[in-house]
Amino acid sequence: MKDWPLWEVFVRSRRGLSHVHAGSLHAPDAEMALRNARDLYTRRQEGVSIWVVRSADIEASTPDERDSFFDPAADKIYRHPTFYDVPEGVEHL
Amino acid sequence: MSHPLFDYVLGLADDALISAQRMGWWISRSPQLEEDVAMANIGLDQLGQARSLLAYAGQVEGSGRTEDDLAYFRDERDFRNVKLVERDQQDFGVAMARLLIFSAWQAELYAALARSADPTLAGVAGKAVKEVTYHLDHARHWVVRLGDGTDESHARMQAALDAEWPWMEELFDGSCVDIGLVADGVAVDPATLRDGVLTRVEAVVAEATLTLPATGADAVPTPGGATGRLGIHTEAMGYLLAEMQHLTRSHPEAAW
Repeated sequence: MKDWPLWEVFVRSRRGLSHVHAGSLHAPDAEMALRNARDLYTRRQEGVSIWVVRSADIEASTPDERDSFFDPAADKIYRHPTFYDVPEGVEHL
Repeated sequence: MSHPLFDYVLGLADDALISAQRMGWWISRSPQLEEDVAMANIGLDQLGQARSLLAYAGQVEGSGRTEDDLAYFRDERDFRNVKLVERDQQDFGVAMARLLIFSAWQAELYAALARSADPTLAGVAGKAVKEVTYHLDHARHWVVRLGDGTDESHARMQAALDAEWPWMEELFDGSCVDIGLVADGVAVDPATLRDGVLTRVEAVVAEATLTLPATGADAVPTPGGATGRLGIHTEAMGYLLAEMQHLTRSHPEAAW
């Protein structure tokens, strides 16, 4: 039991929305992880769909990389639609 | 004096109530935190079934007893549950073997009762079918994993199945069910559930690479006979009721 892997749980609250990370849990395999997720994270009707992913299979960015990953976007204001003035007379943009 | 519908509903209610009490024992004691919640959820589903059925039994009886009166202020001889659900289950394999048998039986029972001529029973059963389908699935997953696991887990799961097996027979005993209720389409003749239950259980036992204990004429009869519905229980029942009832009896009318 101690070596049961950790799983990350994603729950979609209703049709049309995305799955959102709900938490994590331990389970011996994917089927049991799904069932544990049902019992832990949807007991108050929180969802209509569940994904489970082994935590070890997630490649995540690290805090060390934060500067090089995210800071360069800070001064690219032209990537936001608000940077551009809408020309006069354009109805459908 | 006796009221066939009251007796019938009370038996089904007590099965669910006493099973729920046993499931509750596992909270904080199961193999892992996630399983604590799973077993609590299953117990609470069963408790919900018991509450609906007890409330209906009180209504049928017509002497003003509520679900709480029936749950907390009856003595051992007035409980009508089968003996399968009342015994200690402090071994996880035993708990799962019992849940497999009990939820397979409840699944067949509630599916049949959903077509009952009694609208209240049909309503309770219709809602409960989905719940017990999940309970059965939960039991199946564990029985398969333990049965088809290591040598140690296989041996212990087999021992658990063998230990629970004889107590299954009582579920199919119809001697306490009024034939008039069955003829009217209100109650289900327990004997008619046997094939369906065995089919479900046998499939899981095979998948789990376990050996099916003897059935039919070779089956070991329920120890002491099918007496639970008569109010004659095993030694474990008194201790269970003491724990379940003492708070309400010590502090009647207490609320929180």
